Amino acid sequence: MSNAGSATGLLVETPVIERVLGKALQRGGDFAEVFVEDRHSTSAVLDDGRVEELSSGRDRGAGVRVVVGETTGYAHTADLSESGLLAAAEAAAAVARQGGGGRVVALERRDAVKRNEVAQLPEEVAKARKIELLVRADEAARASGNAISQVSASYGDGRRRIQVANSDGLLVGDDQVRTRFSVSCVAVGDTGMQTGYESSAFTVGFELFDTVDVGEIATTAARRALVKLTARPAPSGEVPLILESGSGGILFHEACGHGLEADHIAKDASVYVGQVGELVASPLVTLVDDGTIGPEWGSYAVDDEGNSAQRNVLIDNGVLTDYMWDYLRGRKEHRGSSGNGRRQNYRHLPMVRMTNTFLLNGDAEPDEILAQTPTGVYVAKLGGGQVNTTTGDFVFGTVEAYLIEDGRITEPLRDANLIGNGPEVLRRIDAVANDFAMGPGTCGKDGQSVPVGCGQPTLRITGVTIGGTAGD
Amino acid sequence: MTDTANRQASASTAEGELLELAVRVAGSAHDGEELEVYVSRGVETDVRAYEGEVESLSSAASAGVGIRVVVGGRQGFAYAGTLEESVIRQTLADARDNAGFATADEHVGLARPDGVPAPSLDLWDEDVLRTPSADKVEMALELERRARNADTRVRQVAFADYGDMAAEAAVASSRGITATARRTVSSVAVETIVGEDTDSQTGVGFSAARGPGDLDLDKAVADAVERSTRMLGAAKARSGRCVVVLDPRVTSTLLAVVSSALSGEAVTKGRSLFADRIGEQVAVPSLVLVDDPTDPRSFGASTHDAEGLACRRNVLIEHGILRGFVFDTTSGRRAGVASTASAVRGGYATTPVAGCRALLLAPGELGLTDILSDVGEALFVQSITGVHSGVNPVSGDFSVGAEGLMVRGGVLAEPVREVTIASTLQRMLQAVVHIGSDVEWLPGVAAGQTVAIDGMALSGS
Repeated sequence: MSNAGSATGLLVETPVIERVLGKALQRGGDFAEVFVEDRHSTSAVLDDGRVEELSSGRDRGAGVRVVVGETTGYAHTADLSESGLLAAAEAAAAVARQGGGGRVVALERRDAVKRNEVAQLPEEVAKARKIELLVRADEAARASGNAISQVSASYGDGRRRIQVANSDGLLVGDDQVRTRFSVSCVAVGDTGMQTGYESSAFTVGFELFDTVDVGEIATTAARRALVKLTARPAPSGEVPLILESGSGGILFHEACGHGLEADHIAKDASVYVGQVGELVASPLVTLVDDGTIGPEWGSYAVDDEGNSAQRNVLIDNGVLTDYMWDYLRGRKEHRGSSGNGRRQNYRHLPMVRMTNTFLLNGDAEPDEILAQTPTGVYVAKLGGGQVNTTTGDFVFGTVEAYLIEDGRITEPLRDANLIGNGPEVLRRIDAVANDFAMGPGTCGKDGQSVPVGCGQPTLRITGVTIGGTAGD
Repeated sequence: MTDTANRQASASTAEGELLELAVRVAGSAHDGEELEVYVSRGVETDVRAYEGEVESLSSAASAGVGIRVVVGGRQGFAYAGTLEESVIRQTLADARDNAGFATADEHVGLARPDGVPAPSLDLWDEDVLRTPSADKVEMALELERRARNADTRVRQVAFADYGDMAAEAAVASSRGITATARRTVSSVAVETIVGEDTDSQTGVGFSAARGPGDLDLDKAVADAVERSTRMLGAAKARSGRCVVVLDPRVTSTLLAVVSSALSGEAVTKGRSLFADRIGEQVAVPSLVLVDDPTDPRSFGASTHDAEGLACRRNVLIEHGILRGFVFDTTSGRRAGVASTASAVRGGYATTPVAGCRALLLAPGELGLTDILSDVGEALFVQSITGVHSGVNPVSGDFSVGAEGLMVRGGVLAEPVREVTIASTLQRMLQAVVHIGSDVEWLPGVAAGQTVAIDGMALSGS
């Protein structure tokens, strides 16, 4: 565990941090926090048959937060010298008006519990090897069919070291290494152009490619584009829907995940306000948010407020058990954080965010679910989605879908959006299989993006509105 | 905080300081190497009010550098979120090293000065820097207060924000490029949650300008309240084919998506539904689409593009005929044309790419009321969701979630939610029946106005 947070030197020394926290509370205040971040990243893109560019970047800085009653002051700086940090602390402290010093408990360093080991730091891997992956993916995609007219392959790695200290005496660090690979393809046919995309992303190092074959990622992306060349328009109106395992965890991310974030709850901006203990979904639904699952894309040892990642059961056999919490929302309700306080980088305030959100296995066989569905739409892959937490209305797009006729998958369908209402759709889940799988995603909220995981076994929803154009 | 922000801001406006730095680093190009240095610096303030209190107040200053090196048609890039000399030296070394791994491409290269004079634009309001934080805080509090008291049905104000930024950038290259651009933006935004019985609906209103003095709080509040209250009682509509009337904000969002298919980058790589269609009738004859960053009313206005060329007006669709695309230097060379000075970049951490900044559909004769009256029966769409998952600028497939109001007998009627509207972009452009006169200049890459489109598939119950 050469690169574990506990074994890494601090980004800023303890006595400096203590003085910065003291400065942050010099005009009063209930809580102060220093968040330090040092991020290195590499990305490489092959497009149009050429390695277009290799890019490397470094971003380093700190944010200081001061909480006074209901008010939060925040300032950030790229200057990690003591004077730079003190200036940020002074700026953040401007929200405190009462005068008199707030109290800083002596910092006690805590070791973060690492959830997985990184075998091969990407920064120690020759750039040529990263380029080689792109070339291999390009070849595999183009070999998938003559109709593949364009291929773009993208490699990315990032190492994010963070250090969080606060006036309650917390001092903790984490060293997060993430690696991703994606391919997008264009296929051309008589009906025009179609696109296909596939990605793989984990909180691991370059060893990702010991188990993940970039050729397979490429052929999957190519297949998605090719299959749609002969696709017919998606139906229009309400249809039964089967989501293939691992294809559509985003459904739960959108349909209820966001609505269970305590900041939306606190402002009555969620359909799930006051529903704890109530049946909010089909009894087949047990939904978990778990940031501790070793290599998954949304995992970490500690969140961006220094709290350990947790496994939180949100819905248990259809009954809402809890929301997700960060420091600020937890404090207001006199409870702790659930390890869901995250931020895109040091330039942002943390807020309640999901980690890896997924539906647990049921006991049906996926084949049986299909066989018992006379007509409907079979979704092999969902794209992005969006939700209005207040009304519960959400959309998500299909990127690989088929018609179901007589309990069998038949013709491919062109891309369309599905629209539904969170609580309604959760109640309409009438079959859950035993073939759980997960996938990576990027979640955007209030202008901040963070990596998340989504997952589910194959399942059926009795009715969802699909926005196709069939009937032309 | 005000003092800190002002100190940083006045340092950043010290004339030519950024350009001097960029020129100095660009001057260290090796023989046979093209070198471009982009530096940017900005300050921003964000205030959020909630229940009469300041929920959060953030102030920030940031700066960074992005360096491109091209050697023998191979491009390398590196960036850093600081302007420290030692880090810039390392960044340059990284960019050089990275260039060795790219595939040689004769089209790849940096912009050369093309003699086009930069437009004279005033995109900077010093008030963003001069206004004390306390006044900005007061604006957010006042916004929240007005929203809470605007209508008895307002249950919550989900957010009431004031935000501003002042940003400056300079670019210099070994090809002789030297340019600077700067701008300020100030805005307020508010979301109301209104309710009746168990029904809750939301609406967002905002006002944006170059400086805080030009913000219209009442308009932002009125917009949010109108958009939320008129959705109370909304239900699904019946599936069928109909005319949709798009709100200016929706039009702006859709133009932004269409614009990605007008990028020379997408076109030259066969990733655009407009590729190979120059000179064809791609839209109704009344449709004229121009990208004009020299129009100061546009929030995307700029004196220079991201490669340091003077911005200019580019006609993309004229009387429904596809006339052109937007190009940066590299995509232009690939297409055999000059750059249209349309390089855009998402900050110092990304390389420039061809893109639109300031799209505008030539306004028609009628406003919303007359358009509704003319179409008679339709769905008026006040907002759409799922744009990124549901609009494909390569295939043209279009399917998004929509909410709004039915139009009956030429006037707005009952509210509708949880429906989708679908078609293809190709068909939609040929089915435009009205382009409104009511242009709204909106943040983002496109202005918007009321637009009516026939033959959309509505999916509901």
